[in-house]
Amino acid sequence: MKTTQELQTIARQVRRDILRMTTAAKSGHPGGSMGTADWMVAMQFNLMEHDPANFTMEGKDQDMLFVSQGHITPVIYSTMARRGYFPVSELATFRKFGTRLQGHPSTEHGLPGIRMASGSLGQGMSVGIGAALGKKMTGDNHIVYTLHGDGELQEGQIWEAAMFAGAKKVDNLISTVDYNHQQIDGTVDQVMDLGNLKAKFESFMWTVVTIEDGNDMQQVLDGMAKAKSLIGKGKPVCVLLQSQMGYGVDFMQDTNKYHGAVLSADDLPKALAQLPETELGDY
Amino acid sequence: MTHYEKTSSKELRAGMGEGLVEAGRKNENVVALSADVKGSVKMDGFAKEFPERFIQCGIAEANMVGIAAGLSLCGKVPFIGGFAEFVTGRVYDQIRQVVCYSNKNVKICGSHAGISLGEDGATHQTMEDIALMKVLPNMTVLVPADFNQAKAATLAAAEHVGPVYLRLGRSKMPCFLPENEKFEIGKAQLLSAGKDVTLFACGHLVWEALQAAEMLEKVGISCEVGAPLQRRPRRQRGPDPRPPLPHADGVRGRGRQVRRERHPRRDAHQLPPPRRRHRRESA
Repeated sequence: MKTTQELQTIARQVRRDILRMTTAAKSGHPGGSMGTADWMVAMQFNLMEHDPANFTMEGKDQDMLFVSQGHITPVIYSTMARRGYFPVSELATFRKFGTRLQGHPSTEHGLPGIRMASGSLGQGMSVGIGAALGKKMTGDNHIVYTLHGDGELQEGQIWEAAMFAGAKKVDNLISTVDYNHQQIDGTVDQVMDLGNLKAKFESFMWTVVTIEDGNDMQQVLDGMAKAKSLIGKGKPVCVLLQSQMGYGVDFMQDTNKYHGAVLSADDLPKALAQLPETELGDY
Repeated sequence: MTHYEKTSSKELRAGMGEGLVEAGRKNENVVALSADVKGSVKMDGFAKEFPERFIQCGIAEANMVGIAAGLSLCGKVPFIGGFAEFVTGRVYDQIRQVVCYSNKNVKICGSHAGISLGEDGATHQTMEDIALMKVLPNMTVLVPADFNQAKAATLAAAEHVGPVYLRLGRSKMPCFLPENEKFEIGKAQLLSAGKDVTLFACGHLVWEALQAAEMLEKVGISCEVGAPLQRRPRRQRGPDPRPPLPHADGVRGRGRQVRRERHPRRDAHQLPPPRRRHRRESA
Protein backbone atom coordinates (compact mmCIF):
# COMPACT_ATOMS: atom_id res chain seq x y z
CA MET A 1 0.00 0.00 0.00
CA LYS A 2 1.26 3.44 -0.93
CA THR A 3 0.56 6.64 0.96
CA THR A 4 -1.54 9.30 -0.72
CA GLN A 5 1.59 11.37 -1.23
CA GLU A 6 3.43 8.46 -2.84
CA LEU A 7 0.49 7.88 -5.16
CA GLN A 8 0.51 11.55 -6.14
CA THR A 9 4.18 11.27 -6.99
CA ILE A 10 3.57 8.21 -9.15
CA ALA A 11 0.70 10.01 -10.88
CA ARG A 12 3.01 12.91 -11.72
CA GLN A 13 5.54 10.53 -13.20
CA VAL A 14 2.76 8.79 -15.15
CA ARG A 15 1.69 12.16 -16.59
CA ARG A 16 5.27 12.79 -17.72
CA ASP A 17 5.25 9.36 -19.37
CA ILE A 18 1.95 10.11 -21.13
CA LEU A 19 3.23 13.36 -22.65
CA ARG A 20 6.64 11.97 -23.61
CA MET A 21 5.13 8.81 -25.14
CA THR A 22 2.56 10.61 -27.25
CA THR A 23 4.87 13.35 -28.47
CA ALA A 24 7.52 10.75 -29.35
CA ALA A 25 4.92 8.73 -31.25
CA LYS A 26 3.52 11.91 -32.85
CA SER A 27 0.06 10.45 -32.19
CA GLY A 28 -2.12 9.22 -29.37
CA HIS A 29 -4.60 10.47 -26.80
CA PRO A 30 -3.02 12.47 -23.97
CA GLY A 31 -6.14 14.35 -22.78
CA GLY A 32 -8.22 11.54 -21.28
CA SER A 33 -5.03 9.81 -20.15
CA MET A 34 -3.98 12.82 -18.08
CA GLY A 35 -7.45 13.16 -16.59
CA THR A 36 -7.66 9.53 -15.43
CA ALA A 37 -4.06 9.25 -14.24
CA ASP A 38 -4.93 9.69 -10.56
CA TRP A 39 -7.72 7.09 -10.69
CA MET A 40 -5.56 4.64 -12.63
CA VAL A 41 -2.63 4.97 -10.21
CA ALA A 42 -4.92 4.59 -7.19
CA MET A 43 -6.44 1.47 -8.75
CA GLN A 44 -3.22 -0.19 -9.84
CA PHE A 45 -1.22 0.55 -6.69
CA ASN A 46 -3.75 0.50 -3.84
CA LEU A 47 -7.29 -0.48 -4.66
CA MET A 48 -7.03 -3.58 -6.83
CA GLU A 49 -6.04 -7.00 -5.56
CA HIS A 50 -3.83 -8.29 -8.35
CA ASP A 51 -0.44 -9.84 -8.98
CA PRO A 52 1.37 -8.11 -11.85
CA ALA A 53 4.39 -10.43 -11.66
CA ASN A 54 2.19 -13.49 -12.21
CA PHE A 55 -0.32 -12.26 -14.74
CA THR A 56 -2.76 -14.85 -16.06
CA MET A 57 -5.53 -14.40 -18.57
CA GLU A 58 -7.95 -16.17 -16.20
CA GLY A 59 -7.22 -13.74 -13.35
CA LYS A 60 -8.42 -16.32 -10.83
CA ASP A 61 -8.53 -14.94 -7.29
CA GLN A 62 -7.61 -11.48 -8.54
CA ASP A 63 -9.52 -8.32 -9.33
CA MET A 64 -9.84 -7.52 -13.04
CA LEU A 65 -9.92 -4.18 -14.83
CA PHE A 66 -11.26 -3.59 -18.34
CA VAL A 67 -10.66 -0.16 -19.84
CA SER A 68 -13.48 0.26 -22.31
CA GLN A 69 -12.22 3.46 -23.91
CA GLY A 70 -9.11 1.81 -25.34
CA HIS A 71 -7.69 5.04 -26.71
CA ILE A 72 -6.27 6.06 -23.30
CA THR A 73 -3.44 3.55 -23.72
CA PRO A 74 -0.78 6.07 -22.61
CA VAL A 75 -2.11 6.01 -19.04
CA ILE A 76 -2.90 2.28 -19.15
CA TYR A 77 0.58 1.31 -20.31
CA SER A 78 2.41 3.75 -18.08
CA THR A 79 0.62 2.68 -14.88
CA MET A 80 0.91 -0.99 -15.77
CA ALA A 81 4.63 -0.68 -16.43
CA ARG A 82 5.16 1.35 -13.26
CA ARG A 83 3.21 -1.31 -11.34
CA GLY A 84 5.42 -4.08 -12.69
CA TYR A 85 3.45 -5.75 -15.47
CA PHE A 86 6.27 -5.17 -17.98
CA PRO A 87 9.53 -3.18 -18.14
CA VAL A 88 9.18 0.59 -17.93
CA SER A 89 11.72 0.87 -20.76
CA GLU A 90 9.17 -0.68 -23.12
CA LEU A 91 7.14 2.54 -22.95
CA ALA A 92 9.60 3.93 -25.50
CA THR A 93 8.11 1.57 -28.10
CA PHE A 94 4.58 3.02 -27.80
CA ARG A 95 2.82 3.03 -31.19
CA LYS A 96 6.03 1.98 -32.97
CA PHE A 97 6.15 -0.75 -35.61
CA GLY A 98 6.36 -4.20 -34.00
CA THR A 99 5.53 -2.99 -30.49
CA ARG A 100 3.35 -4.74 -27.93
CA LEU A 101 2.10 -1.27 -26.99
CA GLN A 102 -0.29 -0.59 -29.84
CA GLY A 103 -2.31 2.60 -30.04
CA HIS A 104 -5.28 0.64 -28.73
CA PRO A 105 -4.85 -2.42 -26.50
CA SER A 106 -4.60 -5.83 -28.13
CA THR A 107 -4.00 -9.31 -26.80
CA GLU A 108 -2.27 -10.64 -29.92
CA HIS A 109 1.28 -10.18 -28.64
CA GLY A 110 0.61 -11.25 -25.08
CA LEU A 111 1.22 -8.00 -23.23
CA PRO A 112 0.77 -8.82 -19.52
CA GLY A 113 -2.19 -6.98 -18.02
CA ILE A 114 -4.32 -6.82 -21.17
CA ARG A 115 -7.12 -9.39 -21.29
CA MET A 116 -9.25 -7.94 -24.07
CA ALA A 117 -8.76 -5.79 -27.12
CA SER A 118 -10.56 -2.46 -26.91
CA GLY A 119 -10.81 0.63 -29.03
CA SER A 120 -14.17 0.16 -30.67
CA LEU A 121 -16.18 1.87 -27.94
CA GLY A 122 -19.00 0.66 -25.77
CA GLN A 123 -17.95 -2.97 -25.32
CA GLY A 124 -16.05 -3.05 -22.04
CA MET A 125 -19.03 -3.12 -19.70
CA SER A 126 -20.41 -6.22 -21.41
CA VAL A 127 -17.05 -7.94 -21.12
CA GLY A 128 -16.83 -6.90 -17.47
CA ILE A 129 -20.27 -8.38 -16.81
CA GLY A 130 -19.18 -11.65 -18.42
CA ALA A 131 -16.09 -11.80 -16.25
CA ALA A 132 -18.14 -10.89 -13.17
CA LEU A 133 -20.62 -13.70 -13.92
CA GLY A 134 -17.68 -16.04 -14.53
CA LYS A 135 -16.26 -15.14 -11.14
CA LYS A 136 -19.60 -15.80 -9.47
CA MET A 137 -19.88 -19.18 -11.24
CA THR A 138 -16.39 -20.21 -10.18
CA GLY A 139 -16.76 -19.06 -6.58
CA ASP A 140 -14.20 -16.28 -6.93
CA ASN A 141 -15.31 -13.33 -4.81
CA HIS A 142 -13.03 -10.76 -6.41
CA ILE A 143 -14.21 -7.57 -8.07
CA VAL A 144 -14.43 -6.71 -11.75
CA TYR A 145 -13.81 -3.06 -12.61
CA THR A 146 -14.54 -1.28 -15.85
CA LEU A 147 -13.66 2.25 -16.94
CA HIS A 148 -15.59 4.26 -19.52
CA GLY A 149 -15.45 7.65 -21.13
CA ASP A 150 -18.53 9.83 -20.70
CA GLY A 151 -18.79 10.37 -24.45
CA GLU A 152 -18.58 6.58 -24.78
CA LEU A 153 -21.92 6.32 -23.01
CA GLN A 154 -23.50 7.46 -26.28
CA GLU A 155 -22.92 3.91 -27.56
CA GLY A 156 -26.12 1.87 -27.29
CA GLN A 157 -24.37 -1.28 -26.11
CA ILE A 158 -23.46 0.48 -22.85
CA TRP A 159 -27.15 0.70 -22.00
CA GLU A 160 -27.79 -2.90 -23.01
CA ALA A 161 -25.07 -3.82 -20.55
CA ALA A 162 -26.28 -1.43 -17.85
CA MET A 163 -29.78 -2.89 -18.17
CA PHE A 164 -28.44 -6.42 -17.87
CA ALA A 165 -26.21 -5.71 -14.86
CA GLY A 166 -29.02 -4.02 -12.96
CA ALA A 167 -31.68 -6.56 -13.84
CA LYS A 168 -29.48 -9.57 -13.13
CA LYS A 169 -27.98 -8.07 -9.96
CA VAL A 170 -24.34 -8.26 -11.04
CA ASP A 171 -23.14 -6.94 -7.70
CA ASN A 172 -19.44 -7.75 -8.09
CA LEU A 173 -19.00 -5.10 -10.77
CA ILE A 174 -17.84 -1.48 -10.35
CA SER A 175 -18.07 0.61 -13.52
CA THR A 176 -16.40 4.00 -13.39
CA VAL A 177 -17.28 6.79 -15.79
CA ASP A 178 -14.59 9.35 -16.54
CA TYR A 179 -17.03 12.24 -16.34
CA ASN A 180 -14.87 14.99 -17.86
CA HIS A 181 -17.60 16.44 -20.09
CA GLN A 182 -15.32 16.45 -23.16
CA GLN A 183 -15.20 14.44 -26.35
CA ILE A 184 -13.52 14.87 -29.75
CA ASP A 185 -16.10 17.07 -31.45
CA GLY A 186 -16.78 19.36 -28.48
CA THR A 187 -18.24 19.19 -25.01
CA VAL A 188 -20.44 16.22 -24.27
CA ASP A 189 -23.37 18.57 -23.77
CA GLN A 190 -22.87 20.01 -27.26
CA VAL A 191 -22.41 16.66 -28.98
CA MET A 192 -25.08 14.64 -27.18
CA ASP A 193 -26.29 15.75 -23.77
CA LEU A 194 -26.27 12.80 -21.38
CA GLY A 195 -28.85 14.35 -19.09
CA ASN A 196 -28.84 13.28 -15.47
CA LEU A 197 -26.32 10.47 -15.52
CA LYS A 198 -26.78 9.58 -11.86
CA ALA A 199 -30.53 9.25 -12.31
CA LYS A 200 -30.03 7.24 -15.49
CA PHE A 201 -27.88 4.62 -13.77
CA GLU A 202 -30.13 4.56 -10.70
CA SER A 203 -33.13 3.92 -12.90
CA PHE A 204 -31.20 0.98 -14.38
CA MET A 205 -31.02 -0.39 -10.80
CA TRP A 206 -27.42 0.58 -10.04
CA THR A 207 -25.97 2.25 -6.95
CA VAL A 208 -24.13 5.45 -7.88
CA VAL A 209 -21.13 6.96 -6.10
CA THR A 210 -19.90 10.38 -7.18
CA ILE A 211 -16.29 11.52 -6.76
CA GLU A 212 -16.51 15.30 -6.86
CA ASP A 213 -12.88 15.86 -7.82
CA GLY A 214 -11.45 12.93 -9.75
CA ASN A 215 -8.00 14.52 -9.74
CA ASP A 216 -7.79 14.71 -5.95
CA MET A 217 -6.01 11.51 -4.90
CA GLN A 218 -7.59 11.38 -1.46
CA GLN A 219 -11.08 11.81 -2.87
CA VAL A 220 -10.40 9.07 -5.42
CA LEU A 221 -9.21 6.69 -2.69
CA ASP A 222 -12.19 7.48 -0.45
CA GLY A 223 -14.74 7.30 -3.26
CA MET A 224 -13.48 3.99 -4.58
CA ALA A 225 -13.31 2.58 -1.04
CA LYS A 226 -16.97 3.50 -0.67
CA ALA A 227 -17.76 1.83 -3.99
CA LYS A 228 -15.97 -1.33 -2.83
CA SER A 229 -18.01 -1.33 0.38
CA LEU A 230 -21.16 -1.59 -1.76
CA ILE A 231 -20.06 -4.85 -3.40
CA GLY A 232 -22.31 -7.87 -2.78
CA LYS A 233 -25.39 -5.84 -1.95
CA GLY A 234 -27.55 -6.87 -4.90
CA LYS A 235 -26.71 -4.01 -7.23
CA PRO A 236 -23.86 -3.11 -9.60
CA VAL A 237 -21.99 0.06 -8.62
CA CYS A 238 -21.36 3.04 -10.87
CA VAL A 239 -18.74 5.64 -9.97
CA LEU A 240 -19.03 9.07 -11.58
CA LEU A 241 -15.46 10.33 -11.57
CA GLN A 242 -15.58 14.06 -12.18
CA SER A 243 -12.17 14.56 -13.69
CA GLN A 244 -10.64 17.16 -15.98
CA MET A 245 -9.35 16.19 -19.37
CA GLY A 246 -5.68 17.16 -19.63
CA TYR A 247 -5.29 17.63 -15.86
CA GLY A 248 -1.75 18.47 -14.72
CA VAL A 249 -0.76 20.98 -17.39
CA ASP A 250 -2.61 24.32 -17.31
CA PHE A 251 -2.86 24.84 -21.05
CA MET A 252 -4.14 21.29 -21.62
CA GLN A 253 -7.05 21.57 -19.17
CA ASP A 254 -10.64 22.60 -19.87
CA THR A 255 -10.37 21.81 -23.55
CA ASN A 256 -10.91 18.85 -25.81
CA LYS A 257 -8.02 19.97 -28.00
CA TYR A 258 -5.76 17.23 -26.64
CA HIS A 259 -8.26 14.41 -26.73
CA GLY A 260 -6.55 12.90 -29.75
CA ALA A 261 -3.81 15.44 -30.48
CA VAL A 262 -0.33 15.45 -29.00
CA LEU A 263 1.95 18.22 -27.81
CA SER A 264 4.44 19.52 -30.32
CA ALA A 265 8.15 19.10 -29.62
CA ASP A 266 8.19 22.81 -28.74
CA ASP A 267 5.30 22.60 -26.28
CA LEU A 268 6.48 19.41 -24.56
CA PRO A 269 9.21 21.05 -22.42
CA LYS A 270 6.74 23.74 -21.31
CA ALA A 271 4.33 21.07 -20.18
CA LEU A 272 6.97 18.90 -18.52
CA ALA A 273 8.18 21.94 -16.59
CA GLN A 274 4.84 21.84 -14.78
CA LEU A 275 5.38 18.18 -13.91
CA PRO A 276 8.87 17.86 -12.44
CA GLU A 277 10.55 14.48 -12.82
CA THR A 278 10.19 12.27 -9.74
CA GLU A 279 12.63 9.90 -8.06
CA LEU A 280 11.04 7.13 -10.14
CA GLY A 281 12.74 8.64 -13.18
CA ASP A 282 11.67 8.93 -16.80
CA TYR A 283 11.61 5.78 -18.92
CA MET B 1 -20.59 -43.61 -56.44
CA THR B 2 -21.89 -43.93 -52.89
CA HIS B 3 -25.64 -43.96 -52.42
CA TYR B 4 -27.07 -42.10 -49.43
CA GLU B 5 -30.48 -42.86 -48.01
CA LYS B 6 -32.66 -40.21 -46.48
CA THR B 7 -33.55 -41.67 -43.09
CA SER B 8 -35.72 -38.81 -41.81
CA SER B 9 -36.20 -35.04 -41.96
CA LYS B 10 -34.96 -33.02 -39.00
CA GLU B 11 -33.99 -29.47 -38.16
CA LEU B 12 -30.26 -28.75 -38.00
CA ARG B 13 -30.85 -26.29 -35.16
CA ALA B 14 -32.29 -29.18 -33.15
CA GLY B 15 -29.08 -31.12 -33.79
CA MET B 16 -27.18 -28.25 -32.21
CA GLY B 17 -29.61 -28.27 -29.25
CA GLU B 18 -29.01 -31.98 -28.61
CA GLY B 19 -25.27 -31.57 -29.05
CA LEU B 20 -25.22 -28.68 -26.61
CA VAL B 21 -26.94 -30.71 -23.88
CA GLU B 22 -24.45 -33.52 -24.43
CA ALA B 23 -21.53 -31.06 -24.38
CA GLY B 24 -22.95 -29.63 -21.14
CA ARG B 25 -22.99 -33.09 -19.57
CA LYS B 26 -19.41 -33.73 -20.63
CA ASN B 27 -17.99 -30.37 -19.57
CA GLU B 28 -19.36 -28.36 -16.66
CA ASN B 29 -17.74 -25.21 -18.07
CA VAL B 30 -20.07 -25.16 -21.07
CA VAL B 31 -22.58 -22.32 -20.65
CA ALA B 32 -25.25 -21.04 -23.01
CA LEU B 33 -26.56 -17.55 -23.69
CA SER B 34 -29.50 -16.49 -25.76
CA ALA B 35 -31.13 -13.22 -26.77
CA ASP B 36 -34.78 -14.06 -26.09
CA VAL B 37 -34.81 -16.89 -28.64
CA LYS B 38 -33.81 -19.91 -26.59
CA GLY B 39 -36.73 -21.91 -27.96
CA SER B 40 -36.14 -20.83 -31.55
CA VAL B 41 -32.47 -21.79 -31.44
CA LYS B 42 -33.18 -24.96 -29.46
CA MET B 43 -31.26 -23.98 -26.37
CA ASP B 44 -34.29 -24.70 -24.18
CA GLY B 45 -33.16 -28.27 -23.52
CA PHE B 46 -29.86 -26.99 -22.14
CA ALA B 47 -31.62 -24.26 -20.14
CA LYS B 48 -33.91 -26.84 -18.58
CA GLU B 49 -31.16 -29.29 -17.64
CA PHE B 50 -28.62 -26.65 -16.56
CA PRO B 51 -30.59 -23.57 -15.45
CA GLU B 52 -27.64 -22.19 -13.51
CA ARG B 53 -25.51 -22.34 -16.65
CA PHE B 54 -27.98 -20.65 -18.97
CA ILE B 55 -27.92 -16.84 -19.24
CA GLN B 56 -30.91 -15.03 -20.67
CA CYS B 57 -29.59 -11.82 -22.22
CA GLY B 58 -32.83 -10.33 -23.51
CA ILE B 59 -33.02 -8.75 -26.94
CA ALA B 60 -29.50 -7.35 -26.84
CA GLU B 61 -27.12 -9.35 -29.03
CA ALA B 62 -24.18 -6.95 -28.80
CA ASN B 63 -24.13 -7.20 -25.02
CA MET B 64 -24.46 -10.97 -25.28
CA VAL B 65 -21.30 -11.22 -27.39
CA GLY B 66 -19.34 -9.15 -24.85
CA ILE B 67 -20.63 -11.17 -21.90
CA ALA B 68 -19.63 -14.38 -23.66
CA ALA B 69 -16.12 -13.03 -24.21
CA GLY B 70 -15.88 -12.09 -20.53
CA LEU B 71 -17.10 -15.50 -19.43
CA SER B 72 -14.50 -17.21 -21.58
CA LEU B 73 -11.78 -15.45 -19.59
CA CYS B 74 -12.89 -17.36 -16.50
CA GLY B 75 -12.53 -20.72 -18.25
CA LYS B 76 -16.13 -20.97 -19.38
CA VAL B 77 -17.05 -22.27 -22.85
CA PRO B 78 -19.91 -19.99 -23.85
CA PHE B 79 -22.30 -20.85 -26.68
CA ILE B 80 -24.35 -17.89 -27.81
CA GLY B 81 -27.49 -18.54 -29.79
CA GLY B 82 -29.59 -16.35 -32.03
CA PHE B 83 -30.84 -15.90 -35.56
CA ALA B 84 -27.84 -16.09 -37.89
CA GLU B 85 -28.13 -12.52 -39.12
CA PHE B 86 -28.37 -11.06 -35.62
CA VAL B 87 -25.44 -12.98 -34.15
CA THR B 88 -23.13 -12.25 -37.13
CA GLY B 89 -23.87 -9.16 -39.22
CA ARG B 90 -25.60 -7.19 -36.50
CA VAL B 91 -22.72 -7.70 -34.07
CA TYR B 92 -19.83 -7.91 -36.50
CA ASP B 93 -17.66 -5.33 -34.79
CA GLN B 94 -18.20 -6.94 -31.38
CA ILE B 95 -17.23 -10.36 -32.74
CA ARG B 96 -14.22 -8.86 -34.47
CA GLN B 97 -12.88 -7.05 -31.40
CA VAL B 98 -13.66 -9.11 -28.30
CA VAL B 99 -14.04 -12.60 -29.80
CA CYS B 100 -11.79 -13.00 -32.84
CA TYR B 101 -9.12 -10.34 -32.48
CA SER B 102 -8.92 -11.14 -28.74
CA ASN B 103 -9.03 -14.88 -29.62
CA LYS B 104 -11.62 -15.90 -27.05
CA ASN B 105 -13.20 -19.34 -26.75
CA VAL B 106 -16.69 -18.26 -27.80
CA LYS B 107 -19.05 -20.38 -29.92
CA ILE B 108 -21.59 -18.53 -32.02
CA CYS B 109 -24.63 -20.56 -33.06
CA GLY B 110 -26.56 -18.93 -35.90
CA SER B 111 -29.90 -20.51 -36.56
CA HIS B 112 -32.39 -19.59 -39.31
CA ALA B 113 -29.52 -19.10 -41.78
CA GLY B 114 -29.84 -18.75 -45.51
CA ILE B 115 -32.56 -18.50 -48.08
CA SER B 116 -34.14 -21.74 -46.90
CA LEU B 117 -35.70 -19.68 -44.10
CA GLY B 118 -38.25 -18.77 -46.72
CA GLU B 119 -41.40 -17.34 -45.21
CA ASP B 120 -39.63 -14.95 -42.81
CA GLY B 121 -38.48 -12.84 -45.73
CA ALA B 122 -35.29 -11.16 -46.84
CA THR B 123 -34.35 -9.39 -43.59
CA HIS B 124 -33.93 -12.76 -41.93
CA GLN B 125 -32.50 -14.77 -44.84
CA THR B 126 -28.86 -14.05 -44.11
CA MET B 127 -26.77 -14.73 -47.20
CA GLU B 128 -23.63 -12.98 -45.97
CA ASP B 129 -22.82 -14.73 -42.69
CA ILE B 130 -20.31 -17.28 -43.99
CA ALA B 131 -18.45 -14.62 -45.94
CA LEU B 132 -18.39 -12.27 -42.95
CA MET B 133 -17.28 -14.87 -40.44
CA LYS B 134 -14.63 -16.64 -42.48
CA VAL B 135 -12.46 -13.56 -42.98
CA LEU B 136 -12.11 -12.92 -39.24
CA PRO B 137 -8.83 -13.89 -37.55
CA ASN B 138 -8.88 -17.08 -35.46
CA MET B 139 -12.45 -17.89 -36.52
CA THR B 140 -13.52 -21.41 -37.48
CA VAL B 141 -16.69 -21.68 -39.55
CA LEU B 142 -18.70 -24.91 -39.41
CA VAL B 143 -21.60 -25.55 -41.77
CA PRO B 144 -23.00 -29.00 -40.99
CA ALA B 145 -24.98 -30.90 -43.59
CA ASP B 146 -27.73 -32.55 -41.56
CA PHE B 147 -29.10 -33.06 -38.05
CA ASN B 148 -26.56 -35.71 -37.09
CA GLN B 149 -23.67 -33.66 -38.34
CA ALA B 150 -24.99 -30.55 -36.61
CA LYS B 151 -24.95 -32.44 -33.32
CA ALA B 152 -21.45 -33.78 -33.97
CA ALA B 153 -20.22 -30.33 -35.03
CA THR B 154 -21.56 -28.83 -31.80
CA LEU B 155 -19.61 -31.36 -29.76
CA ALA B 156 -16.51 -30.67 -31.85
CA ALA B 157 -16.96 -26.92 -31.33
CA ALA B 158 -17.13 -27.43 -27.57
CA GLU B 159 -13.79 -29.25 -27.64
CA HIS B 160 -12.10 -26.86 -30.05
CA VAL B 161 -10.29 -23.99 -28.34
CA GLY B 162 -11.02 -20.71 -30.12
CA PRO B 163 -13.86 -18.83 -31.77
CA VAL B 164 -16.32 -20.92 -33.78
CA TYR B 165 -19.28 -19.94 -35.94
CA LEU B 166 -21.79 -22.76 -36.31
CA ARG B 167 -24.27 -22.16 -39.11
CA LEU B 168 -27.67 -23.80 -38.83
CA GLY B 169 -30.97 -23.70 -40.63
CA ARG B 170 -34.47 -23.61 -39.27
CA SER B 171 -36.27 -25.93 -41.65
CA LYS B 172 -36.49 -29.69 -41.55
CA MET B 173 -33.89 -31.07 -43.92
CA PRO B 174 -33.03 -34.61 -45.04
CA CYS B 175 -31.06 -36.63 -42.53
CA PHE B 176 -28.64 -38.93 -44.34
CA LEU B 177 -25.33 -39.05 -42.49
CA PRO B 178 -24.64 -41.67 -39.80
CA GLU B 179 -25.36 -40.93 -36.14
CA ASN B 180 -22.49 -40.36 -33.74
CA GLU B 181 -19.87 -39.89 -36.43
CA LYS B 182 -17.01 -37.76 -35.13
CA PHE B 183 -16.77 -34.35 -36.75
CA GLU B 184 -13.19 -33.41 -37.55
CA ILE B 185 -12.69 -29.66 -37.78
CA GLY B 186 -10.67 -28.58 -40.80
CA LYS B 187 -11.02 -31.82 -42.71
CA ALA B 188 -13.20 -32.04 -45.78
CA GLN B 189 -15.27 -35.16 -46.27
CA LEU B 190 -15.26 -37.07 -49.53
CA LEU B 191 -18.82 -38.33 -49.58
CA SER B 192 -18.84 -39.92 -52.99
CA ALA B 193 -16.01 -40.79 -55.38
CA GLY B 194 -16.14 -39.93 -59.09
CA LYS B 195 -13.82 -39.06 -61.94
CA ASP B 196 -15.39 -36.47 -64.25
CA VAL B 197 -16.46 -33.57 -62.10
CA THR B 198 -16.33 -32.56 -58.45
CA LEU B 199 -19.16 -30.94 -56.57
CA PHE B 200 -18.43 -29.19 -53.31
CA ALA B 201 -21.31 -28.18 -51.11
CA CYS B 202 -21.93 -27.21 -47.53
CA GLY B 203 -24.90 -27.23 -45.23
CA HIS B 204 -28.14 -28.81 -46.33
CA LEU B 205 -27.08 -28.37 -49.97
CA VAL B 206 -24.79 -31.37 -49.56
CA TRP B 207 -27.90 -33.52 -49.91
CA GLU B 208 -28.80 -31.65 -53.10
CA ALA B 209 -25.29 -32.20 -54.43
CA LEU B 210 -25.59 -35.93 -53.77
CA GLN B 211 -28.92 -35.97 -55.63
CA ALA B 212 -27.31 -34.09 -58.52
CA ALA B 213 -24.45 -36.60 -58.57
CA GLU B 214 -26.90 -39.47 -58.87
CA MET B 215 -28.67 -37.71 -61.75
CA LEU B 216 -25.38 -37.01 -63.51
CA GLU B 217 -24.34 -40.63 -63.02
CA LYS B 218 -27.43 -41.68 -64.98
CA VAL B 219 -26.34 -39.60 -67.99
CA GLY B 220 -22.82 -40.94 -67.83
CA ILE B 221 -21.02 -38.25 -65.85
CA SER B 222 -19.12 -39.55 -62.86
CA CYS B 223 -19.35 -37.05 -60.04
CA GLU B 224 -17.26 -36.64 -56.91
CA VAL B 225 -18.99 -34.95 -53.96
CA GLY B 226 -17.10 -33.22 -51.18
CA ALA B 227 -18.29 -31.66 -47.94
CA PRO B 228 -17.97 -29.56 -45.96
CA LEU B 229 -16.63 -26.80 -48.10
CA GLN B 230 -13.13 -25.84 -47.11
CA ARG B 231 -11.84 -22.36 -47.18
CA ARG B 232 -9.45 -23.05 -50.02
CA PRO B 233 -10.85 -24.89 -53.01
CA ARG B 234 -8.98 -27.86 -54.36
CA ARG B 235 -6.58 -27.12 -57.15
CA GLN B 236 -5.50 -29.42 -59.91
CA ARG B 237 -1.76 -29.95 -60.08
CA GLY B 238 -0.54 -30.13 -63.68
CA PRO B 239 -2.73 -30.25 -66.78
CA ASP B 240 -6.28 -31.52 -66.29
CA PRO B 241 -6.50 -34.77 -68.26
CA ARG B 242 -10.26 -34.67 -68.50
CA PRO B 243 -12.11 -33.44 -71.57
CA PRO B 244 -14.35 -30.43 -71.12
CA LEU B 245 -17.98 -31.14 -70.40
CA PRO B 246 -20.09 -29.08 -72.77
CA HIS B 247 -23.24 -29.15 -70.68
CA ALA B 248 -21.68 -28.45 -67.29
CA ASP B 249 -19.79 -25.24 -67.79
CA GLY B 250 -20.40 -24.09 -64.25
CA VAL B 251 -18.61 -27.07 -62.79
CA ARG B 252 -15.99 -27.75 -65.44
CA GLY B 253 -12.47 -28.07 -64.17
CA ARG B 254 -11.55 -29.08 -60.67
CA GLY B 255 -11.06 -26.24 -58.32
CA ARG B 256 -14.33 -24.55 -59.16
CA GLN B 257 -16.84 -24.10 -56.40
CA VAL B 258 -20.52 -24.34 -56.93
CA ARG B 259 -22.38 -22.49 -54.24
CA ARG B 260 -25.95 -22.37 -55.33
CA GLU B 261 -27.25 -20.70 -52.26
CA ARG B 262 -24.90 -17.78 -52.61
CA HIS B 263 -25.88 -17.10 -56.21
CA PRO B 264 -29.61 -17.76 -56.30
CA ARG B 265 -30.33 -15.51 -59.24
CA ARG B 266 -27.98 -17.47 -61.42
CA ASP B 267 -30.10 -20.54 -60.84
CA ALA B 268 -32.68 -18.98 -63.08
CA HIS B 269 -30.11 -19.11 -65.93
CA GLN B 270 -30.79 -15.45 -66.58
CA LEU B 271 -27.27 -14.31 -65.84
CA PRO B 272 -23.94 -15.32 -67.35
CA PRO B 273 -21.98 -18.01 -65.49
CA PRO B 274 -19.90 -16.88 -62.53
CA ARG B 275 -16.60 -15.16 -63.18
CA ARG B 276 -13.77 -17.63 -63.26
CA ARG B 277 -11.77 -17.40 -60.03
CA HIS B 278 -8.93 -19.73 -60.90
CA ARG B 279 -7.22 -20.08 -64.22
CA ARG B 280 -8.19 -23.33 -65.85
CA GLU B 281 -5.14 -25.34 -66.70
CA SER B 282 -6.48 -26.78 -69.94
CA ALA B 283 -9.29 -25.71 -72.18
